[in-house]
Amino acid sequence: MVKEKMNPIYSMARDLKPEFWDKKPHLSGSLFNYRRIWMISVFLAVIVSLVPLVAISTADLKTTENAIASEVGFRIVRTVSNTNRAISFFLTERRAALNFIARDNSEEELKNTARLVLLLEGLQESFGCCFVDLAVIDESGKQIRYVGPYALEGKDYKEQPWLTAVIDNGAYVSDVFLGFRNRPHFVVAVKKPLPMGRFLVLRASVDVDPFEKLLSKLELTGRGDAFIVNHAGVLQTNSRYYGQVLQKMPLPIPKYEDASQVIEWKRHSRSNLLIGYRFIEESPFILMVVKEKEELMMPWQVIKKKIFFFLLGSTILIIAVILGIVTYMVQKIYQSDEKRLISLHQIEYASKMATIGRMAASVSHEINNPLAIINEKAGLIKDLFEIKNEYENDARLLNLIDSILAAVKRAAKITKRLLSFSRNMESSADTIDVRALIGEVLSFVEKEAEFNSIDIRVDAPNHIPLIRSDRGKLQQIFLNIINNALEAMKTGGHLSIEIYQDSKKYITAKTCDDGCGIAPDDLPHIFEPFFSTKSGRGGTGLGLSVTYSLVQEIGGTIGVESQLGVGTCFTVTLPLRKVDPMEDKNRASTVGG
Amino acid sequence: MQVLLVDDEKELASAMAERLRLRGIDAEWATTADDALMMIDAVPFDIAVLDIKMPRIGGLELMHRIRVKHPEIKILFLTGHGSEELFQKVIDECGESAYLIKPIEIAELVDKMKRLMGRPDDRPG
Repeated sequence: MVKEKMNPIYSMARDLKPEFWDKKPHLSGSLFNYRRIWMISVFLAVIVSLVPLVAISTADLKTTENAIASEVGFRIVRTVSNTNRAISFFLTERRAALNFIARDNSEEELKNTARLVLLLEGLQESFGCCFVDLAVIDESGKQIRYVGPYALEGKDYKEQPWLTAVIDNGAYVSDVFLGFRNRPHFVVAVKKPLPMGRFLVLRASVDVDPFEKLLSKLELTGRGDAFIVNHAGVLQTNSRYYGQVLQKMPLPIPKYEDASQVIEWKRHSRSNLLIGYRFIEESPFILMVVKEKEELMMPWQVIKKKIFFFLLGSTILIIAVILGIVTYMVQKIYQSDEKRLISLHQIEYASKMATIGRMAASVSHEINNPLAIINEKAGLIKDLFEIKNEYENDARLLNLIDSILAAVKRAAKITKRLLSFSRNMESSADTIDVRALIGEVLSFVEKEAEFNSIDIRVDAPNHIPLIRSDRGKLQQIFLNIINNALEAMKTGGHLSIEIYQDSKKYITAKTCDDGCGIAPDDLPHIFEPFFSTKSGRGGTGLGLSVTYSLVQEIGGTIGVESQLGVGTCFTVTLPLRKVDPMEDKNRASTVGG
Repeated sequence: MQVLLVDDEKELASAMAERLRLRGIDAEWATTADDALMMIDAVPFDIAVLDIKMPRIGGLELMHRIRVKHPEIKILFLTGHGSEELFQKVIDECGESAYLIKPIEIAELVDKMKRLMGRPDDRPG
């Protein structure tokens, strides 16, 4: 009790627990192990319902993730491609301008410093920016002319690899470097072939500011970044998160591809990066657009959360419905199985009683005939002594004959009682004197009570009315109750039966013993089928449940009061029903006479 | 009062008849239904006391046959058996008081017969 008060969850679980939960099939004789059926049903139903739901949800989640990832990748590729087009165009434009100058001007003009100044001014005006200087290098690698902010004329570039690249390819774009101005820039150079295998190289320095401007205009939300590196991974423009120009980039250098690509770079304990890149043609540059995957996948995270809550809600609902339906169905099966068992046992019980009745009738008949012969022969001898006076009126012989007749009378009383009992088991409506009926029932147990020195007292006033009821059922009811009382008492017990009328419609028979009593925990269950405290002593647990059913069948009630170690009282209330007064009168005279 | 006792137990029928005769009642006995019918045709009996369970023709069948020819003869039944069906038939046809269960008290039998004949106070001398 204390545990229940302290723990409401325990109490609630006990209230919700279905009846079959604690039923042990091997004890009750049920067909099934209900708890196992319940568990298997719940398990299978949950699996069958939830597996497809989880599978569909997972598949949906995966598909959505792939779609969003693909969309994100596609957007990065588009950004990379567009930016690449702008940068390529920028470089191509500058290269084309230099090519045009190289083609449009003769060797002499290019070697003319004044002309070069004009050309540089023209380039700066035409392109607005970027062109810092302009120089001409001859085939020996010597810078023969230079116009620009520095005095670089006469510099020898013969050993420079970039010069070889220009000579071999006709054009060249260099990596970014700081140079004398300490400003990041790169070099664009083109070759002007001259007759006799000679050539000139036209070289211009270009600022990287336009690149920075172009990249800064890209819409890069959150921790997005865009920059240019060379093939060695050195930054050619400033990066927001991965270093300053000419520093080594901390990200991997992608492999060469001739189209825009996206790769995923996994980082330890940080969000993965999606890196879009493009090798810019005819340059040493790689354009890179870097974004954090987690940030890009935010829409998917929202969908994931929604799907999770949908799944959680559905799962709870499905499990609740399954638990409800399975419990209801198993409970119904259990109840019908219980009903079947009770009916079966009641039929068995009735059949047993009927067999006993038939046997009693048969035994009575077999004994009654020889008894009748003994009776008549002894009676005849007595008659001859008493009526005819032909023989000696010997008192000793007469006593012997009287003894024989008394014994026959006693045996006849028993067989007649047996006959009456067996007959009454089959009848259904009879007018009954309850006091006499209890007397008949007691006559079956009086010997047993005598052996155990049990004192039986019946207390009933003379005016107890007759009742209309089923004699056989009443006999069984009182036989069960009295037998129960005798079993509960040790030697020297007291059994009292009190019959009284406490209302116009009912009479009551209260049977009290001073036996062992019934434990308070057992008391609410004693009328339940199969409940027995006589474990291992042959108790079927059916006696009182059958008694209960029989009392209900004849429209009565039965109650019990008991105190452990003090005794038990069974109170049976029986309806009077209408008894024909004439019949009542006849019966009364029969009983009385 | 002339009485016919019919019971397949010869010892019982003969002893009972003799006891009745000792009480001034003119009693004859038979052990089969056929013998009983022949005797009834020959002697004008007032009462026939029949055992219900007898081989071949039982007490009830015998009663029907007697009633065909001699409806004036009163019938009493004796039985040692408790079959509800037989009891019910007897009660239906002859009433609650028309049978006695073996072993009987001779005084009770005499009393019943006198009641049947409408002479309850006529006691044997």
